[in-house]
Amino acid sequence: MSILREISPKVRNIRHSELLALGRQACGIKEKLKQGVRKPYKEVIDVSGGDPHRTGVKPLSFVRQVLAACLYPQLVNSDKLPVDVRQRAQRLLGACKGGSVGSYTLTQGIMDIQQSVSKFISQRDGGVPSVPENIFLTAGSQGAIMKILSLLVNSEGTPRTGVLTPVPGYSSANMALEGLGGAIVPYYLNEELCWELQIDELRRALQSAKGVCNPVALYVINPGNPTGHIQSRKSMEEVIQFVSQEKLFLLADETVQDNVFGEGSEFVSYKRVLAEMGPPLSDTVELASFHSVSKGLMGECGLRGGYVELVNLDPEVMNHTYTLFSTDSSAAVTGQLAVDLMVDPIQPGDPSYPLYYKETQYIRTMQVHNAKRVTEVLNSLPGFSCQPVKGGAFAFPRVHLPPRAIQKAKEEGMPPDHFYCSRLLEDTGLLVSPGCEHGQREGTHHIRFCIMTSVDILEEVLRCLARFHTQFMKDFF
Amino acid sequence: MSQQRENGVPARGKVLTVDNMNPYVKRVEYAVRGPIVQRAVQIEKELREGVKKPFTEVIKANIGDAHAMGQKPITFLRQVLALCSYPELLKDNKFPEDAKKRAQRILQACGGQSIGSYSASQGIECIREDVARYIEKRDGGIPSNSDDIYLSTGASDAIVTMLKLLVAGEGRDRTGVMIPIPQYPLYSAALTDLGAVQINYYLDEDKCWSLDISELRRALAAARKHCNPRVLCIINPGNPTGQVQSRQCIEDVIRFIKEEDLFLMADEVYQDNVYAESSKFHSFKKVLFEMGPEFSSTVELASFHSTSKCYMGECGFRAGYMEVINLDPEVKAQLTKLVSVRLCPPVPGQALLDLVVNPPQPDEPSYATFTQEQTLVLKDLAEKAKLTEQILNTVPGITCNPVQGAMYTFPRITLPQKAIDHAKEEGQAPDMFYCLKLLEETGICLVPGSGFGQRDGTHHFRMTILPPAEKLKVVLEKIGEFHQRFTLEFS
Repeated sequence: MSILREISPKVRNIRHSELLALGRQACGIKEKLKQGVRKPYKEVIDVSGGDPHRTGVKPLSFVRQVLAACLYPQLVNSDKLPVDVRQRAQRLLGACKGGSVGSYTLTQGIMDIQQSVSKFISQRDGGVPSVPENIFLTAGSQGAIMKILSLLVNSEGTPRTGVLTPVPGYSSANMALEGLGGAIVPYYLNEELCWELQIDELRRALQSAKGVCNPVALYVINPGNPTGHIQSRKSMEEVIQFVSQEKLFLLADETVQDNVFGEGSEFVSYKRVLAEMGPPLSDTVELASFHSVSKGLMGECGLRGGYVELVNLDPEVMNHTYTLFSTDSSAAVTGQLAVDLMVDPIQPGDPSYPLYYKETQYIRTMQVHNAKRVTEVLNSLPGFSCQPVKGGAFAFPRVHLPPRAIQKAKEEGMPPDHFYCSRLLEDTGLLVSPGCEHGQREGTHHIRFCIMTSVDILEEVLRCLARFHTQFMKDFF
Repeated sequence: MSQQRENGVPARGKVLTVDNMNPYVKRVEYAVRGPIVQRAVQIEKELREGVKKPFTEVIKANIGDAHAMGQKPITFLRQVLALCSYPELLKDNKFPEDAKKRAQRILQACGGQSIGSYSASQGIECIREDVARYIEKRDGGIPSNSDDIYLSTGASDAIVTMLKLLVAGEGRDRTGVMIPIPQYPLYSAALTDLGAVQINYYLDEDKCWSLDISELRRALAAARKHCNPRVLCIINPGNPTGQVQSRQCIEDVIRFIKEEDLFLMADEVYQDNVYAESSKFHSFKKVLFEMGPEFSSTVELASFHSTSKCYMGECGFRAGYMEVINLDPEVKAQLTKLVSVRLCPPVPGQALLDLVVNPPQPDEPSYATFTQEQTLVLKDLAEKAKLTEQILNTVPGITCNPVQGAMYTFPRITLPQKAIDHAKEEGQAPDMFYCLKLLEETGICLVPGSGFGQRDGTHHFRMTILPPAEKLKVVLEKIGEFHQRFTLEFS
């Protein structure tokens, strides 16, 4: 029988996920609740992931109506759905082979949708041209990240291929890198400066990789996950100069670009900044930028819809990229349709627009409210400090754990913030993600939870957290 | 962004080049969507632009995509999916009650009752339970545990995941994976990507593409000299061969697996596509358990299924599952960790899979229509399988084994020596040369046998049996005419 040591070492080396372990604990609790075991709460509230629908945000009606009509084309002829829904569905079905969403598509995706994405990017970036051939529709951002990393990482080479990744950062991307046999080269974001990325820190990180691994790429997340930090244009220009000087491939994860709500905050894409820096940089810096339908206003994580735009890649490498993507056939069509609806939303004047506007305005207002409320409440609790949340899907407050709690965690064999989250879950039914899952400076502890939630759920989250935290700090004083 | 050049030379070298990119990825090929298909897409573009050709459309008989060729989706499946997508439709009395019930059950299992929520990485629990019940029913009551079921993004995702898990070792100890020749090129692509050693075992064309245990033994013995063979992959019903393994053969394979201590990967995505009267699908799991505890408690097996084929043909949803049997618990934990990296399979696909394993029952309103549609699709495929075999076998120089199952024909073509030499001069596989010429002259896109593997000196092509019967007839006749022309031209 195959045993552990015969399994791929790359798979074994993928870090153990603290959140997965907490998820198992949550499953256990849900089972007990189902069996009628009495607890001080009736259900588990899971805000550990960036999953807006799970936490009370409603899907957009237009999106779901179009999807329904594409899935069951009889609806295209029924007057149950608004005319603009039916028109969009008809157009999308026309772009599917055999008029069915059950067909495979071309490897890079449905051509019409590739073109929609390209148009969207160009409009978003103030007219900077975007070429459909450089766009691949993918299974969310994560699907794209995994494929592009696979191009970059030489899994059998020595020294190992390295990628600079942010701390705190996105654990799934780190796991993907480890699974390919790549090395993580961490660079620390500056918490005191609202999680800013600093070039000196990038330089330090790169220097630390000397003799340890062969760094080939820099992975940035903007707006940040979990930090929500929105990079300034100046910072982005410095990053571009840096990757150019150091001959690094730039991986720009821009999945939460539509979740920007801090006053005075504005998202600008790496592509745009690069283009506006002009030649030679604009012609030479190699960039992959990722986006998906999982966040923003749609929150359609389960549809697995996303894309990557590849800029300035060597044409031969592009050919190999195409072949690599083709082995997966094509991204799920329902995900591709969702991407189309994201990049080509309904316009004023269309019959469904008033409802669409109402729904999206509600979500925007909710985000602003939630961000304010979270920082307000957490900063009022001794033992919590929360940087202002200007964007993104999460809050990532720092928890100042008392030494006795840290000691107890050590005794129980878990990282201190995992211990905190485990107790929180047990006592209140609230599931959040521990800072160790995302990375943090040694000796600091954090929790991450989703703030793309309904107002009611957020209040409940804050209520549970405040009550638990006050008691916890008292118990371990 | 324009490429800045000085004297025609790029002003700066690229950061990512073919020399420093992942060397394994560089070697990956995937014939089903390879150069011939890219040329076909180009030709389609030319046709749209009004370029004159000896044909008016490109017929993509290269890929097992039933809906693209006009097969209709099953009504019930799409009704439930529409209800899941836009639950307001639950109020619409045009939708049958059984569809609504299933939609409600699926939505209950989703976070926030939305198919837009992430699911657990292993897949939605109640759907995994439904899959387990389906397997039990299919296999005459042999128990299936939902914990052993992993939902996936098509069967391909699960196949690649298992290979990622199993490929280890260095040098002479590198994992070797036995694959059938001819094979579905996902396997060779994945093995190349992972740097695993590919061990070919040849199916016997003269015996209807059957698998011979002595050939397995030969391949294994030869492989042991230079690698560590650990896995055997088998596709049943076969792709591209269409062969359906006999029960005896399946038992022999299982015995072989146990003797040689190998891991068995059984790709069974075409399990409903069996046409020959003398053929029957036997799941590897069922046979394994019927062979008694000596085998059923020790042999490690992963079997794969998907929504892309059978009577559903729902390729675009990217839905599937694998069942793993007798995995060491620590190994299973690593598998569970590995699938979490890709987050979760698309939820609409998971919902679709639930309906496939949980179809309308005789006492439900949609049963009659569902069964009718399902029977029609399978009947149509069976007829086309027969038609294909018949027509191709009338062409001198083309021999076609019976299409017992799956969705393809893989006929052997005799090519004149002159053509073979010409192709070699052009640096092309002879059957690629043949297929490219066929494409240019008739607009018919097939995949050359060299993309699937074949015995040295033989040539084949793979064609799907999916175009509508009338069109299929015309396509087959055109191929026949082309073959005669080609033979004459290069004689």
